[in-house]
Amino acid sequence: MRLVFEKRNSVSRKAIILVPLVSFLVSLFLTGILLVIFKANPFVTYASMFVGAFGSWINFTETLVKAIPLMLTGIGVGLAFRLKFWNIGAEGQLVFGGVAATWVALFWAPFLPAWMVLPTALIFGVLAGALWAGIPAVLKVGLNVDETLVSLMLNYVAILLAQGLYYGSWIDPDGMGFPGTKMFPKAAWLPRFSGRAHIGLFIALILGLVMWVVLNRTKWGFEVKMVGQNPRAAKVMGVKIGTTVLTAILVSGAFSGLAGAFEVTAISHRLQQGLSIGYGYTAIIVAWMAQLNPIASLFVAVLMAGLLVGGDQVQMMMGLPSAMGIVLQGMILFPMLAGSLFTDYKLKIITKDSQEVSV
Amino acid sequence: MKNDQKEKTPILEMSGITISFPGVLANDNVDLDLFPGEVLALLGENGAGKSTLMNVLAGLYRADKGKILIKGKEADINSPKDAMAYGIGMVHQNFKLVQTMTVAENVILGLDSEEFVLDLKKVGDKIRKISSHYNLNVDPNAIIWQMSVGEQQRVEILKLIYRGAEVLILDEPTAVLTPQESEELNRIVKQMTSEGKSAIFITHKMDEVMAFSDWVRVLQKGKLVSVVKTKDTSPKELSKMMVGREVLFRVEKKPAETGDEVLRLENVVAMNDKGLKALQGVSFSLRQGEILGIAGVAGNGQRELTEVITGLHKVTSGKVIIENTDMTNKSPLDIIKSGVSHIPSDRVAMGIVGDMSVANNLAMKEYRKAPLSEYGILHPKRIFAMAKKMITMFMIATPSPLTNVKFLSGGNIQKTILAREIGACKSLLVASYPARGLDVGATESVRKEMIAERDNGKGVLLVSEDLDELMSVSDRIAVMNEGRIMGIVNAAESDISGLGMMMAGVPLDEIK
Repeated sequence: MRLVFEKRNSVSRKAIILVPLVSFLVSLFLTGILLVIFKANPFVTYASMFVGAFGSWINFTETLVKAIPLMLTGIGVGLAFRLKFWNIGAEGQLVFGGVAATWVALFWAPFLPAWMVLPTALIFGVLAGALWAGIPAVLKVGLNVDETLVSLMLNYVAILLAQGLYYGSWIDPDGMGFPGTKMFPKAAWLPRFSGRAHIGLFIALILGLVMWVVLNRTKWGFEVKMVGQNPRAAKVMGVKIGTTVLTAILVSGAFSGLAGAFEVTAISHRLQQGLSIGYGYTAIIVAWMAQLNPIASLFVAVLMAGLLVGGDQVQMMMGLPSAMGIVLQGMILFPMLAGSLFTDYKLKIITKDSQEVSV
Repeated sequence: MKNDQKEKTPILEMSGITISFPGVLANDNVDLDLFPGEVLALLGENGAGKSTLMNVLAGLYRADKGKILIKGKEADINSPKDAMAYGIGMVHQNFKLVQTMTVAENVILGLDSEEFVLDLKKVGDKIRKISSHYNLNVDPNAIIWQMSVGEQQRVEILKLIYRGAEVLILDEPTAVLTPQESEELNRIVKQMTSEGKSAIFITHKMDEVMAFSDWVRVLQKGKLVSVVKTKDTSPKELSKMMVGREVLFRVEKKPAETGDEVLRLENVVAMNDKGLKALQGVSFSLRQGEILGIAGVAGNGQRELTEVITGLHKVTSGKVIIENTDMTNKSPLDIIKSGVSHIPSDRVAMGIVGDMSVANNLAMKEYRKAPLSEYGILHPKRIFAMAKKMITMFMIATPSPLTNVKFLSGGNIQKTILAREIGACKSLLVASYPARGLDVGATESVRKEMIAERDNGKGVLLVSEDLDELMSVSDRIAVMNEGRIMGIVNAAESDISGLGMMMAGVPLDEIK
C-alpha cells in the first residue's frame, strides 16, 4: 500500500471549510493529551471553558470585549498576508495606536469641542497604526529590507515607548505610583452597550464587510490579489507594485491602530500596563484560520476570544494555568498549516491490486 | 512493436510502461527497445508523454506498471543514481549544472567514487582526455556561468561519459542551439554511437529526427502509435503520425500592407541584471501591418529588448519611440495605455496569475476602465460576460470562466494571454516565444492570431528561436547576437544557413 498526494483539478471548496474545523478538533485532541498529563479531565475542562466564554450573557460580553481587537488586528494582518507581506507587527501597531489616542484624549481634550474629542482620538489611533506599519513597508518597498524582522522589532519599540510614557512623563500624579496615565475625560470614552462590550464591535463588523467588498469589488482589491499571487505578472500588467504594497500595509496598520484606540477609549480609559496582551500575535492565528477572509476573521476572532476568556475561567475554577487557552490557540495553527495542503491536493491510497481510494 | 534485429540483445528494453498523473494517463502501456550503436528519436507533441517516459528511465519518476530490462536483465531504477549505475544518463532541457562551480567540480558532484580529499588534477586530466577524444573543446577549469549554452550542453554530455553512460538521453537538445552548434552535436553523437554507445532524443522537430536518428518512435497522448526506420519515412509522414492529421507547415498570409511607423528604436543600450551590456546599440523600425521577427539563440538580448519596449527594463541610452511619441523609460502602465500589448516569454511566471480565475485573468488589462470598472468599482458580471465571449472566440478549453487559470493546459493558458493581449492591443503587439512548448494545434492558432493582428494594421514584434516559425510568419527578420542586430532580411528571401551564420555572430554584409 502506498499513499500518494495528487494535485486536485480545482481548489476544493469543501476543504476550505473543513480544514479549519478539523484543525480545531485536532487541536482539542492534542491539548486534551496535555490536560490528561496535568491530571485534568479534558471533557470537564473544555466544558468549563465553554461555559466560561459563552455560558452566560455576562461571560459572552467579556468574550466580545476580547474579540473586538482580534477582529480588527486579524483583518489587518490578513490584508498584509494577502500580499505575502509578513506583518507580524500588529501588536506594536495596536500599542502605538493606543498611545496616539491617549495623547489626544489627555492633552487635546481641553482645546477641542467635546464631540470632537473621541473621533479625533480614534483617527489619531488609526493614523498612528498606519505610520507604525508604514515603516517596514517603506523599507521593504524602497530598500527591500525584510519586513518580518522590522515589524517584529517595532513591537518592542512601541511597547517600551508606551511603558516609558505611563511610567514616566504621562504618569498620573495622583495615582500613587500606579503605572498608568490619568483617566481620560468622559468625552473621550467610547460608549459601551452591555457590560464592558462597546460599540467598537459594530464598527469592527462593518469594517469587516467593507474590507470584503473592497477586496472583491474594487480595482484596488483586484490589484492586491494580483500583486499578492504573482508580483511579476502584476508588473507586466502595469500594476505599480510599490504603491499597492504601501497602501495595503498602511491600511493593515490602520486596523491595528484602531484596535489600540478602542482599547484605551472603551476599556481602560487610560494608557496603562496591560494594553498589550498579545492580540497582535493572536491576530496571526485569526488571519490564517480565516484563510485571510475578512468576514471569516470576524467569526474566528470570537472563537479565539472565547479561548482566552475560557482559559481564564479554567484557571479560576480548576486551578489549571490560564495559558491552557493560549496553548489551544497555538495548537490550532499546526494542523491548520498542515491541513491547508488538502485544499490543493488530495490523498490517494494505492493498494497492491491497484484499487484506488481517494480521500 | 519490436525491432527486427533479433540477433543481438538490446541494451535497453522498456515494456508496458504505464504512469498516471492527476487526470492524465501520461504513458499508457508504452514499449521501447534500443540496441548498441543506435540513435532513437522519440517524437510527439507537447504532453504526448515523451519526457515522462524518459524520466521513468532516468529514475525521476516511478512507473505504475511495466518493466525495464538492461542488457536483458530486469532493472529496478529508483533514482538518477540507480540509472547512472545501469549506464543511463540524461541531459535535461534545463541543465543541471552549478553555475558558480568549475566544469571539473560539476562533473564529480555527487559521485561516490571520488576520494574524500578531491584530486581535481586527476579529474581534470580525465576530462581533458574525454574532451579531446570527442573533440568537445571543454576546459575543466572553466566556470559554468561564463560558458555559452552550447558549451554547457557539452559539459553535461561530458559529465555523463565521465560517469560511464552507455545510453544518453537528450531532452530537446537543439532547442537552445544555433544550426551550426546543432550540427556539432550531431557529430558528437555520431562518434559516440560508432563506439557502441546509444542515444535517445526527445524532440518535436522533424528535421532533427531526420538528421540524427536511426529509428523513430512516435507517441500520441501517452500511447506509442508507430515505430519506423528513419530512412523509410519522411517529415510529412512523421508529422501526420504525430498529430493524426496533416499539418500546414506554411502559414497562409496575404502580402503585407504597411502603414505608419509604430515602433522605432534608436541606438538602444541596456544593461542586464549582472550589469553587463545586454543591448549594445539596437536600432530598427516597425510599421503598421508588419511582423518583424527577431531571431537569435536565447540569451542574446531578446528578453531585454522586449522588456525595454514594454517598460519593464531601463534603457541606459538611446530612444524607444512608439507611434511618434518618445516612450523611453516610461512605466509599464504608460506603455500599456499607449496601446502596446505584450505576450511575455515565461507565460506562467509573467503572463498569468495562476490562483485567479480565467475570467479575472482575461480582465487584467481592461479592468482599469469602463465597462469593466467605473469609479474604482469592478463589475464582476461584465467581467464574466466579457470572459465568456473571449473564451468562445479564442476557443479556450476551460471548465468554466471561474476556474483558476493554473488548472488549464499550457496551450489554453497561452490562448488566455493571447485573448487578453489582443483584446487590449491598439498599436503594437510584442510577442516573446508565443508558440514555445505548444502542441501543433495551439501553435497554429497562435500564429494565425498574430497574422490577423498584422492584417488589422497593427505592428507585431515576434521574438522566436524557431526559424521555421520566423520564416513563415514574419515579413522581415532581424537576427540578434550578443545584444546587436546582425542584419535585417526579408523573410521571403531568407534562408536557414544565412540566418544561422548571423545567429552565430556574422554580420549580414560579411555574408554577401
